[in-house]
Amino acid sequence: MKVQDHASAAAAFIADEPRTDWHDETLWWVRQKRDKAAHGLPEWEQLRSWASQIKDHTLSHLDHYLEEFEKNALANGVQVHWAEDGAAHNRIIHNIIRNHSIQRIVKSKSMLTEECHFNEYIREQGVEVVDTDLGERIVQFRNEPPSHIVLPAIHLKKQDVSETFHEHLQTEKGNNDPQYLTAAARVHLRDKFVHSELAITGVNFAVAETGAVVVCTNEGNADMGTHSARVHIACMGFEKIIPKAEHLSVFLRLLARSATGQPITTYSSIFRKPRPGQEMHIVIVDNGRSRQLGRPDFRNSLKCIRCAACFNTCPVYRRSGGHSYHTAVAGPIGSILNPNLDMKANADLPFASTLCGSCSNVCPVKIDIHEQLWKWRQVLVKEGYVAPAKKLGLQGMAWLLAHPAVYRLAGKTGRWVMRRMPFLVNNRLNPWYKQREMPTPPAQSFRDWYLKNRKS
Amino acid sequence: MKVALFVPCYIDQFYPGVAVATMELLEKLGCTVTFPMNQTCCGQPMANSGFASASAGCDKNFIASFRDAEYIVGPSGSCVLHIKEHLHHHEEEAAATKIRQGIYELTEFLTDVLQVKELPARFPHRVGLHNSCHGQRGLHLSSMSERVLPSYSKPEQLLQMVEGIELLKPKRVDECCGFGGTFCVFEEAVSVKMGKDRVQEHEDNAVDFITGVDMSCLMHLDGILRRKQSRTRAIHIAEILNANIR
Repeated sequence: MKVQDHASAAAAFIADEPRTDWHDETLWWVRQKRDKAAHGLPEWEQLRSWASQIKDHTLSHLDHYLEEFEKNALANGVQVHWAEDGAAHNRIIHNIIRNHSIQRIVKSKSMLTEECHFNEYIREQGVEVVDTDLGERIVQFRNEPPSHIVLPAIHLKKQDVSETFHEHLQTEKGNNDPQYLTAAARVHLRDKFVHSELAITGVNFAVAETGAVVVCTNEGNADMGTHSARVHIACMGFEKIIPKAEHLSVFLRLLARSATGQPITTYSSIFRKPRPGQEMHIVIVDNGRSRQLGRPDFRNSLKCIRCAACFNTCPVYRRSGGHSYHTAVAGPIGSILNPNLDMKANADLPFASTLCGSCSNVCPVKIDIHEQLWKWRQVLVKEGYVAPAKKLGLQGMAWLLAHPAVYRLAGKTGRWVMRRMPFLVNNRLNPWYKQREMPTPPAQSFRDWYLKNRKS
Repeated sequence: MKVALFVPCYIDQFYPGVAVATMELLEKLGCTVTFPMNQTCCGQPMANSGFASASAGCDKNFIASFRDAEYIVGPSGSCVLHIKEHLHHHEEEAAATKIRQGIYELTEFLTDVLQVKELPARFPHRVGLHNSCHGQRGLHLSSMSERVLPSYSKPEQLLQMVEGIELLKPKRVDECCGFGGTFCVFEEAVSVKMGKDRVQEHEDNAVDFITGVDMSCLMHLDGILRRKQSRTRAIHIAEILNANIR
């Protein structure tokens, strides 16, 4: 199936304008909560600088910190696995599951497993893995990917959830009461937690000096999953490393404030070693990160802590929905990460932005997101991932603007045509005219005026 | 003070009145203003579409037009930002550097270089201020709602000097209007939706005019306003600062 590009998928999303308004306003409300939390800390900009510097330092010494982390994790009795790509990540987890002949598996939120298409893979192997984050469980029932990395089901309204739960959890048809629906999910998930034999979690931070991993959730589902499971597998992209435990005092303050406006996530759990009788694994994944680290213009995209503040502030994301980005990580950060994974398939994403710069301003680790969007555009054109008509048009324009006499003649002719034969411009072939009037062309340009009024 | 006037191509062709107002305003404030006759475009439409490598001819022409200027002033935050960030030419790097450092957007030139304290302007209307992103987040013409820093606004500071004006802000004080250069046609649906939402907030304030430092954003908003036959119109800040309506 051909994936729709961002512009077409966004147009389809916007076709339902009241729903678009609801999506936009809901996420804007989250952005405002973030503003309130940020403005409540006079040292906010200082914290951002520290976070940015710690991440810059870590990315420059990644080999060192990864080895330190592995050494300490091993000493804690944790088994460490290295995965070159998504396929290796999936195989490693599948092997652990097979070796234990385990049936009951729960997974708390991990965008990495989405990036690796783990859910599809493991289903094809005949293994059922239950997502335990409420939003993720909803989209899993619906066989959809998450549309947001922090709020996976933000594209759905309570009516949609009610229908989904009626189908899968036999809740009352048409009962849209959020409390009723949440209670139903709670009963359903509680059963999964109690009987879980193996728990997969993501990782928010991996501390090199202690070998511990930190998992942040609001629902406590990572903890509930791991408490009863005899095997815990934590999956992390290799950029999740931070050097010291004390650095958590910077990142934990920034993460939840940037994400939802909370001072801290309800649960910030530190997993250092397996409890007696439990087995703990950490899978460290590359999947293109080394390649991105080797691109000087784009390496600092690896500083990302997945707070999604750039999603919530992005006026384009809010009005086009996460699925229009057709990738695991949507939004502005996704648009600078995904071309690295597949340039051809994701060539549309860096163009899905007005370059307004709000994303870079909210980023808690100071990634220059909008500048990287601009740079990706240059790379994509150079590598030939641009439509031939667009290429021809822009090269023609570049030539015209390099020749002042041609520019003046074209301007004069264009304005004459617009005034005498407006139908040539004001028609359905002109995307500007579809929902906007064209400017009214004047008889003379500024240069004409200047010649008459100042030059004589 | 000698000023070379940079008139973005679409202003030259479609909004000569904005350039006239800019020129007259600078002259009123005691500047000697010249208009280099062979200028065309800053090159931004190509560069923002990924074709920075194709705009060498355009860049060279810009450098030839402005290489001798002490101050370059243009009535567009976006075009000025493009020059500041991206004007380079392998044969003319020294001249390009001088231009990058000597170019100003109109309002920052008025507040920072001329240090204007009063204006002989009168504009008795309700006016909504649109913060254009490149001027705001790129040139720092005003503080930004995302950052935890002291608040200020160079365009607002100037508009407050205008007699009779009633300034009103939209609910979201600095959300993008959706113009975005070629984004406005390649992502038509999102672009228009963003513009409609901006327009609505200004109309809720019952403003007569929406103003800002970038005619490109205003051209997009005006196109939407006129299509819906709104009584609100878009107007460039230079036209307000130069107005003397009795």
